[in-house]
Amino acid sequence: MKEIHYQDIVEEVKEMCKKSNTNLGEDVYSAFRKALKTERSETGKEILAQLIENADIAKAEQVPMCQDTGTAVFIVEVGQSCHIVGGSLVDAINEGVAKGYGEGYLRNSIIYHPLNRKNTGNNTPAVVHIELVEGEHLTIHMTAKGGGAENMSDLKMLKPSDGMEGVKKYILSIVKEAGPNACPPLVVGVGIGGNFERCAYLAKKSLFRPLGIRHTDPEIAELEEELIIEINRLGIGPQGMGGSTTALDVKIEVESCHISALPVAINLNCHASRHQTITVN
Amino acid sequence: MPKEIRLPLNDDELISLKAGDRILLSGIVYTARDAAHKRMVEQEKEGIPFPIDLAGQVLYYVGPTPAKPGEAIGSAGPTTSGRMDLYTPRLLEKGLKGMIGKGYRSEEVKRSIVTHKAVYFGAVGGAAALISRSIKSAEVVAYEDLGTEAIRKLTIEKFPVFVINDIHGGDIYQEGVAKYKL
Ligand code: SF4
Repeated sequence: MKEIHYQDIVEEVKEMCKKSNTNLGEDVYSAFRKALKTERSETGKEILAQLIENADIAKAEQVPMCQDTGTAVFIVEVGQSCHIVGGSLVDAINEGVAKGYGEGYLRNSIIYHPLNRKNTGNNTPAVVHIELVEGEHLTIHMTAKGGGAENMSDLKMLKPSDGMEGVKKYILSIVKEAGPNACPPLVVGVGIGGNFERCAYLAKKSLFRPLGIRHTDPEIAELEEELIIEINRLGIGPQGMGGSTTALDVKIEVESCHISALPVAINLNCHASRHQTITVN
Repeated sequence: MPKEIRLPLNDDELISLKAGDRILLSGIVYTARDAAHKRMVEQEKEGIPFPIDLAGQVLYYVGPTPAKPGEAIGSAGPTTSGRMDLYTPRLLEKGLKGMIGKGYRSEEVKRSIVTHKAVYFGAVGGAAALISRSIKSAEVVAYEDLGTEAIRKLTIEKFPVFVINDIHGGDIYQEGVAKYKL
């Protein structure tokens, strides 16, 4: 059985936190450049140009691209034949987050309690989802998820009779309602099916797929493409000031569900779509 | 080309600003977000005056990242303004002339902006590293215990914003979307 050491996880997580906040992924960066060519509004173009310049400065100076350095959210694939030694996986992740946010001069945005609202001072606890898989690897996916877009996310238990049209209508209405608040251009993450809590998780998980990569099921891939076009016809544009670039991408994940249900969750992500993936050996 | 404005805003400038205008602001602004707004307005009800005189001033809704050694401030882009809406009309009554943030304002705030002849600017949400370059100095002036949410006095130079809501009732979020909707 393969052993993975606590301290190695801490170090990897620490670096992921720092890097995700300073180095915008190539997928998002090239989506900005592509949008700059197609955007119809002059204001929209100016905003996209500012976002490109912002990403360049953040990378060159190793400073956070956005002041909201996010909630650290993890999806960890744990191979059932690997053995973590020296401490617990969740503790290692939290220690890595605390170190990464401290050393990286990142903002601490996590509070102990939603009602008393006192800051924990080190951006922990992180949100950690664990998926037990076959094999002996440990793969950690991390995102620094901003509050502005998260706050405009939504979940609804639709009726089966609402069908595909109902799902589309609901997604468009949420993007419209979010308008400038979610910092468009957006990445729209959608979970369809599962049950109440699973569909929210699916929506979040969909956002971990790099921009420009379509779902492997051709039917879902087509729905993603249709929605990109329809969302961009809403006119919201960069920062909601009008334009043709509202969504950089739409991601959908689907799961089986109950005969009576059609759960749909929409997890909006802003253009600061900050992801890292590593496999700890 | 963007128009350059030196703060404080004067009445002629306020009249000339139109929703959608691109502006570079220079001068002094104060930072305040949720916790500072709540404290200012709640303490005022108990008879404790605002810690800064807001008359003629501009507030920037921001909670920056910690400054690296030798830097004036960390990354400092706008936060969602709507969370301040509950408190904003009272601040406008006290003479606040401008706000910098991002996102929708409530109908009440928009009416209040017109009534009190103020302006709501939007900075580009998420362009925090770029925006920080136009912040030349930062000094905590009140509520230090609030950390990132403390009130800071910022000296800004060519700080890039757009006019979102003007004193004539213009709203670029509505006008812009109407123009590009297909
Ligand atoms: S929504 Fe995203 S880009 Fe906007 S302020 Fe929050 S983290 Fe930054």
